[in-house]
Amino acid sequence: MKKLILAIALLLPSLAFAAGSKHPLDDANYDLTDKASLQNGARIFMNYCLGCHQQQYQRYSRTFEDLGIPAELGQEYLQFTGEKVTDYITSPMPAEAAATWFGAPPPDLTLVARVRGADWLYTYLRTFYVDDSKTFGVNNLTFPNVGMPHVLEELQGTPRISYEDALVDGETVKRYVGIQSDGNGELNSEEYDQVILDLVNYLQYTGEPSRLASEKIGKGVLVFIFIFFIFAYLLKKDYWRGVKK
Amino acid sequence: MNGFLNWIEQRIPMMRVANMHAIQYPAPVNMNFWYVFGFLATIVLVNQIVTGIWLTMNFEPSAERAFFSVEYIMREIDFGWLIRYMHSTGASAFFIVVYMHMFRGMIYGSYQKPRELLWVFGMLIYLALMAEAFMGYVLPWGQMSYWGAQVIVSLFSAIPVIGPDLVIWIQGDYVISGATLNRFFALHVIALPLVIVILVFLHIIALHEVGSNNPDGIAIKHKKGSLAEEDKTKYKIHEYYTDKYDIADDVVPFFPHIVLKDLVAFSIFLGGFAYIMFFAPEMGGYFLEHPNFEIANPLKTPEHIFPVWYFTPFYAILKAVPDKLFGVLAMFGAIAALFALPWVDRGSVRSWRYRSGLHTWNLIIFAIVFIFLGYLGGTPQADWKIVASQILTVMYFGFFGLLWIYSKNEKTKPVPERITK
Repeated sequence: MKKLILAIALLLPSLAFAAGSKHPLDDANYDLTDKASLQNGARIFMNYCLGCHQQQYQRYSRTFEDLGIPAELGQEYLQFTGEKVTDYITSPMPAEAAATWFGAPPPDLTLVARVRGADWLYTYLRTFYVDDSKTFGVNNLTFPNVGMPHVLEELQGTPRISYEDALVDGETVKRYVGIQSDGNGELNSEEYDQVILDLVNYLQYTGEPSRLASEKIGKGVLVFIFIFFIFAYLLKKDYWRGVKK
Repeated sequence: MNGFLNWIEQRIPMMRVANMHAIQYPAPVNMNFWYVFGFLATIVLVNQIVTGIWLTMNFEPSAERAFFSVEYIMREIDFGWLIRYMHSTGASAFFIVVYMHMFRGMIYGSYQKPRELLWVFGMLIYLALMAEAFMGYVLPWGQMSYWGAQVIVSLFSAIPVIGPDLVIWIQGDYVISGATLNRFFALHVIALPLVIVILVFLHIIALHEVGSNNPDGIAIKHKKGSLAEEDKTKYKIHEYYTDKYDIADDVVPFFPHIVLKDLVAFSIFLGGFAYIMFFAPEMGGYFLEHPNFEIANPLKTPEHIFPVWYFTPFYAILKAVPDKLFGVLAMFGAIAALFALPWVDRGSVRSWRYRSGLHTWNLIIFAIVFIFLGYLGGTPQADWKIVASQILTVMYFGFFGLLWIYSKNEKTKPVPERITK
């Protein structure tokens, strides 16, 4: 018990900033039926995220199957360290070393969309900005002081935050205007947003691979229950005919 | 066929039990929609047991493997996701129908003499169900599983003298750990389900002994010889009941009449259940909390720790009291007060239809207070919420206090002799 209290006490400062910011979230209009988007999201994940984050609850083969990627193509273009196609999507980075490098081991991302929500992820990945006071030279509006470098900078370019002076109750305060890339990335702003949306779509998929199957079966089940209800109701009505209340 | 049935009947009373408890069981004709929730609770209980058995086939109750095995069920077992969602949606559905069932008992006075034991058995089921649900929620070993267990188990440390040792005894370790998970698993899949099934059996036996109440709260069983022949029911009712009483022409047999009515309710319930299960199993984070999709981490406290929605009214009462021990006492007192309801209510008129306006408002306000306490217990802390939960806690207990006072000499309306007259 003492150990636990000590652990909590030591962690409190780091929790203080882990406890979310109030930056408003943008809507992520992901589409789980859009295979091209999911495949692109998987490509981004395998190329940029998998170096540090794993998806240890999901197998490559399941991902390939659900996303319509032939196993040979998947192995050639999406698997880089010689795993079998039936292996779980694990990261080669040793967890203990990662914990020392980043302060905490990079979290598993299989279920991250169910923990954080798609909107949060979509906003988070688009709100990195240059902040030289931080270890990795970047900070994040959605997740202040996050211990993660801006891995997608080569796509987005160098993101800079801008403020304007505003008068509030007679005092000049800095008001957030927006984050703008220097334009030195591979993608323009719309393309970058689309790539992030694809990635979020993919993460949403891995969070719950059964979602589409569930909704498909669910529709049939609801129709069945409705028909069952009609017959149950008519049968009940027939038996209760003539019962005085 | 008849010969075969007779052969069985001479060895085990199959038809006699079926007749006595279903086919020829007298059910009041005026049972309304409030009377379907007992049936629905039974259905959900069966659902929980059956899906639970299947989940157990692949769940691994260890700190290292529990979270992984749940995801394994979700991803790699054929229809594992469906079985898991049936179980998780069923847990919340169980409490929805049980709360409706309990409130039905309150508005129609189903706890009053002679149904006190019936009510107490029901409350025992509710208590066992809360323990069952709490331990079940720990099993997936997510963040909320772990920290929820941390909060609830640590409540016992508030007990003077033995508290801290008791906590270690419950946990089986100095902290919540794999040992705790393992014993909660044993209790969740064997001990408590057995207790619940036995209690449900006793609940039904007690119900059939005293007979079902109804929205008018008046008896369908009359003293032997007190009813004229044309006032007696035309349906075939089992001798077990007719030997002792005259059964008024206010009843229908449980089967098929009530069963068919329950079947209609069942199909409506199932529609809602299936909709949530297939389209929104997380129910916006109420049925499956978002932080619980992250594996338990003893070094990282979640931003907010809430129990699942069905515990939040009691959690709000716990938090309303500044002192830990008295908070725990208030929380358990809130449940104990429900146990005592048959003796708190000193009235003799059962249904709110024939009781005072004060009683009606007392009940309605109690329901609102309960729901609002649930809101306060399930949302992030704020200063005004502490004051609000303190006021509502007083109002919660105020229901029982008021009832005890006014029920002694309550101004009630005349109660009819018969349901259909």
